[in-house]
Amino acid sequence: MTMATATATPRDGAAKRGAVPDRRAYLRHSLLQQLAALRWGVLALIIVGWFVYYPIIDNFFVSTTTQDIFTGEVDNVGLDNYRRLLDDPVVWRALGNNGLYAVFSVIFQVFAAFVLAAIIEGLKNRTWRNFWRAVYFIPSAISTTVTGLLFYFIYQPDIGLLDAFLHLIGLQNLSYTWLGDERTAIYAIIAMSQWQGFGYSTLLFTIAIQKIPRELYDAATIDGAGAIRQLFAITFPLTREMTGMMIIVTIAGAFQVFNEVMVMTGGGPNNSSQVLGTWLYEQGFNQNDMGYAAAIGVVIFVATLITGLMQLWYTKRRRVQV
Amino acid sequence: MSTIVTPMAHPPLRNPWVMLGKGFLMALLVSAGVLVLYPLIWMALGGFKSNSQIFSDPFALPNRWSFDNYVAAWNLGVRNFLFSSLLVTVVSTITTVFISAWTAYGLTRTKMFGKPVIVGFVLGGMMLSPTVALVPLVQMMQSLGLYNTHWALIILYTAFRVPFTTFLIRAYMLDLPRDLDEAAMIDGASEGQIFRKVMLPLCRSIIVSCIILHILFAWNEYLFAMIFTNQIDVQTLPVGLTSLMAKHGTNYAEVFAAMTISALPIVIIFFFTQRYFIRGLTEGIGK
Repeated sequence: MTMATATATPRDGAAKRGAVPDRRAYLRHSLLQQLAALRWGVLALIIVGWFVYYPIIDNFFVSTTTQDIFTGEVDNVGLDNYRRLLDDPVVWRALGNNGLYAVFSVIFQVFAAFVLAAIIEGLKNRTWRNFWRAVYFIPSAISTTVTGLLFYFIYQPDIGLLDAFLHLIGLQNLSYTWLGDERTAIYAIIAMSQWQGFGYSTLLFTIAIQKIPRELYDAATIDGAGAIRQLFAITFPLTREMTGMMIIVTIAGAFQVFNEVMVMTGGGPNNSSQVLGTWLYEQGFNQNDMGYAAAIGVVIFVATLITGLMQLWYTKRRRVQV
Repeated sequence: MSTIVTPMAHPPLRNPWVMLGKGFLMALLVSAGVLVLYPLIWMALGGFKSNSQIFSDPFALPNRWSFDNYVAAWNLGVRNFLFSSLLVTVVSTITTVFISAWTAYGLTRTKMFGKPVIVGFVLGGMMLSPTVALVPLVQMMQSLGLYNTHWALIILYTAFRVPFTTFLIRAYMLDLPRDLDEAAMIDGASEGQIFRKVMLPLCRSIIVSCIILHILFAWNEYLFAMIFTNQIDVQTLPVGLTSLMAKHGTNYAEVFAAMTISALPIVIIFFFTQRYFIRGLTEGIGK
């Protein structure tokens, strides 16, 4: 924002100092200039306003209606969809599953990824450091549809890769219908997500660790601090901001999860692995209940709004400190 | 270790516990690497195996190395999906990066009317989730006649990625010194000329990062692609794969081949552009 004031051109300065009678003309001119500069903003305003903001606002209105898709008749039902929401056990289960997703993702994609990044950055050879973080990142570059389908095959009972492996090491009695059982489906999906996602945050953490001045570690070594001591006394405190940001971003992602659940179970069996996104899809596009789907959308909106505000607050606070 | 506090210049003595610890950490790195790579290798190899061998003999190498399954998958629709993915990705990358750079210039270098509000509006779009917009978007796309067209995806990928991309380019432009564009202005260059001839070249590296991040997003996007397309010649790879699975799901080897074909381009792009990729990711979260 400070930049805005610094853009005064020499011409503006001359106008301000110079002719007082022209002040009004100057102001008009400058207002025209400001309005003309809007041409740099209209493209983004139109496309983002029209296709992002408008539908999200419209979603609130849709959520107070029921629509008959065959007759196209729209009835205003006020808050009925929201009352239904409170009484819908699947909504609560979906919320719980999103919460589970958040908990596991924070453990694996923030804390485990941090430890892994610290180990990688502790390697002496630069080529190996780049090698490992590139390897771990690969699944994050691949579409969730591909990884979801791949794990759908891996989790197949008896014939899938996981059960084949269990047979191989003599643990065939652990063999299981991972995606077909209400108790394990959501955990199997979450496990796939961690497999896919931890490399992404590992990569971000390695970069945060690289920014720490080497002298701190050299000094600590001279003082006789071991590797673990250095991890807790230097690496962790100095990447705390990144860690905080990653926790918020990861939680935000956990409440928007959709693809992998859709591909692997579609929310089943018996709705046990539904998350908010897939329940919205099921209601809106399979049951054709657009009003109720929109109400579920509002729940997702609130979740993303909370995490978004947390992120904003965190960034602001950080700026003030620095 | 910590009992030896003599300030020594030579490296510490090889303590067996330290060696053991290091060995353990290396084992951890290697096993995580195997855990990550093995399923992907299994997938690519599965594309070479016969349908029965995939599951009867999961750990073995293919009996014969033939590209039959890859060819079959290609002809089952992967060719069409790949074309759609390419088209949607390329066009939406151009529109997104152009609109974002254009907007970022206005937000950092002009005295735009109501600038703080516009900054908040455009960047605020980053917080909004596509899922929330889904229900109204279906009606919008139908009434615009865009349902089941590539345009639906191009427009939505642009609209939902302009906020983030603008955020990245704007942050970069804010850090750029103003000497060059002010010099150009004194020389009488118009804003359009400054944008094209001064700012775009200066921002080349962040623009490359944005292009790569957008390619990654557009190539892999599933939600919109699934909702707004349902014909083989419009569907992109991620959604095409699931419909292939639904139709030819028992022909595992071909599905494996199709999965490999759709994953390969993006993995290759990642390896060749890592530097830009990483810069984009860190700018995105670190600013």
